[in-house]
Amino acid sequence: MYAQMVKTDGARVRSLDEMDPVERAFQERIDAGQKIEPKEWMPEGYRKTLVRQISQHAHSEIVGQLPEGNWITRAPTLERKAILLAKVQDEAGHGLYLYCAAETLGVSRDEMYEQLHSGKAKYSSIFNYPTLSWADIGAVGWLVDGAAIMNQVPLQRCSYGPYARALVRICKEESFHQRQGFDILMNMVKGTPAQKALVQDALNRWWWPSLMMFGPSDDASVHSAQSMAWKIKQNSNDELRQKFVDQTVPQAEYLGLTVPDPDLKWNEEKGGYDFGEPDWSEFFAVIAGNGPCNAERLDARKKAWNDGEWFRDGLVAHAEKARSRRQASRIAAE
Amino acid sequence: MGAAQQTSTAENAALFEFLLRMGDNALILGHRVSEWCGHAPALEEDIALSNTALDLIGQTQLWLGLAGEVEGRGRSADDLAYLRDGLDFRNVLLVERPNGDFGKTLMRQFLFDAWHYLLLKALKNSSDRRVAEIAEKALKEVSYHLDRSRDLVIRLGDGTAESHRRMQAALDELWPYTGELFMGDAPDASVAADGVAPEPASLKKPWDELVAETLEEATLKTPADGYMQKGGKRGVHTEHLGFILSDLQFLQRAYPGGTW
Amino acid sequence: MSSEWPLWEVFIRGQHGLNHRHVGSLHAPDAEMAVNNARDVYTRRNEGVSIWVVRSSDITASTPSEKGPLFEPSNSKVYRHPTFFDVPEEVGHM
Repeated sequence: MYAQMVKTDGARVRSLDEMDPVERAFQERIDAGQKIEPKEWMPEGYRKTLVRQISQHAHSEIVGQLPEGNWITRAPTLERKAILLAKVQDEAGHGLYLYCAAETLGVSRDEMYEQLHSGKAKYSSIFNYPTLSWADIGAVGWLVDGAAIMNQVPLQRCSYGPYARALVRICKEESFHQRQGFDILMNMVKGTPAQKALVQDALNRWWWPSLMMFGPSDDASVHSAQSMAWKIKQNSNDELRQKFVDQTVPQAEYLGLTVPDPDLKWNEEKGGYDFGEPDWSEFFAVIAGNGPCNAERLDARKKAWNDGEWFRDGLVAHAEKARSRRQASRIAAE
Repeated sequence: MGAAQQTSTAENAALFEFLLRMGDNALILGHRVSEWCGHAPALEEDIALSNTALDLIGQTQLWLGLAGEVEGRGRSADDLAYLRDGLDFRNVLLVERPNGDFGKTLMRQFLFDAWHYLLLKALKNSSDRRVAEIAEKALKEVSYHLDRSRDLVIRLGDGTAESHRRMQAALDELWPYTGELFMGDAPDASVAADGVAPEPASLKKPWDELVAETLEEATLKTPADGYMQKGGKRGVHTEHLGFILSDLQFLQRAYPGGTW
Repeated sequence: MSSEWPLWEVFIRGQHGLNHRHVGSLHAPDAEMAVNNARDVYTRRNEGVSIWVVRSSDITASTPSEKGPLFEPSNSKVYRHPTFFDVPEEVGHM
């Protein structure tokens, strides 16, 4: 998931009876499936939670450019290069749509960047893992985008209008991403034994981090319950993880790969796979900043921002000069 | 081999050489520009620059694809891009210059775009229909590249004192690499004689005018034409190309015969 | 921190003959660059033939609390919508 463990305010979900009339009317609109639009009244907790969730989602998109961008100059054919570049460019676009959605809630993009750069805001744990071979580019598209889609498709129906609309646009573009990843792997497993070994190695490294993307079980989480009541979260983490495993295992079999989980087996009764527990201590270590690439990722973002300051300022200065010149010539003409 | 056949072989070799130059310029500049993806100073610029790189990669496929066809030895665009060594690359030195700061990247783009635009406009009337067709498609893309790089050069030249200083420094550093764009040699003379492409020198005057006009608006000082670096067009490159190729060609070299 | 590029709303005409439709927003130092950026950001998949941009701060919007009085009157004028009228089948397509 691109937004993990988003905290809400408040200790528990309140019932309609406990709410004042304004909040109650708000909740009833959400219950009736209506969209909340910018500048309409909303509880402060709803606004703050959405800012956290949408900005974390946006940060994940732009930090997510880095592990894949890592291979643009090394893509193996001209066509693969163009496809990968278009894909990573789309991630920038997704980040942009999401930042704009968050901006409708009264926070600026620069403020959100500031929070990312200072480490105050998080982004998805998955992008702190390295892309070590070309097969990783396939695996990221297949597994990471696949996991993201699981979450983003239901979120297109979320209660906040600008977020829902951004996600509609994103989902339209995202299915291309997963397919291009799977396509890379389909080609590689048909290639030389060395290529096939790269693909298995990529699955071995990306399988568990992909399952961790959904976050730890949140069945008992008050944050999760509140977000669901607000319809800014639609499914529990475990539900989505199960759906992901059920969808992905047959695809791995199609590729002739072994999923690196000794506990994985089909459960006829529940109509889904049983599978092992991810190493949550690793997940929390990565979230805390100790993943293999946390420092590089954040440094790259900060460098891009700091090195670009003169450029952004230069353009602002020019726009101001041009405006005052236009004004002066208008006055002179009058 | 008869005399007529010999002539056509020589003409074919010149055409092949010309197409490699077109393709390699697009390939190497596209490579450089794509290095920015994820690292540009603003999201909007990141996305815009990737569009430029995508256009250039697409043009590479067309030019090198045609080059392989003309050569007639069964080499594809990918074979030409991924399996030639530096000595066989024919791009001008300008496009392999490192990105530097964003200003230098934009200045390199502008100096190249202005030339690229004028050349493609002429190539639309090429006597070789295949060349004319590629030029027509590429010209639409490159017109926009030029609009954009020209606009940004003007804005940054006439922006803050710092942006002005950086743009002037970029211009001064890159200027000695612009001369090569207009130097002709035997293959150039051959394709020009056949009406395939214009003589490189014929583009110098319109380029000078376009560039001077832009730089004036940007409040930048056009450097004098002094000593000009050259060599790329005949395979004598800067040290940078080897590193570009070691990135570009890594997978094809490390996994020969692979399926991608 | 230096000043942030202003926010622009982007409207795109998807095909000849259609209205411009709001597609999203972006940041740019001025209107000309906002148009360029809109082309690069919002028409990556051939989505448009014409682009409008307007500074977000220049948009005057109805305030949500007026939503009732502004829109409810037209809600009651159902005859404005063609589906209000029953056309007998014999009449054919109208």
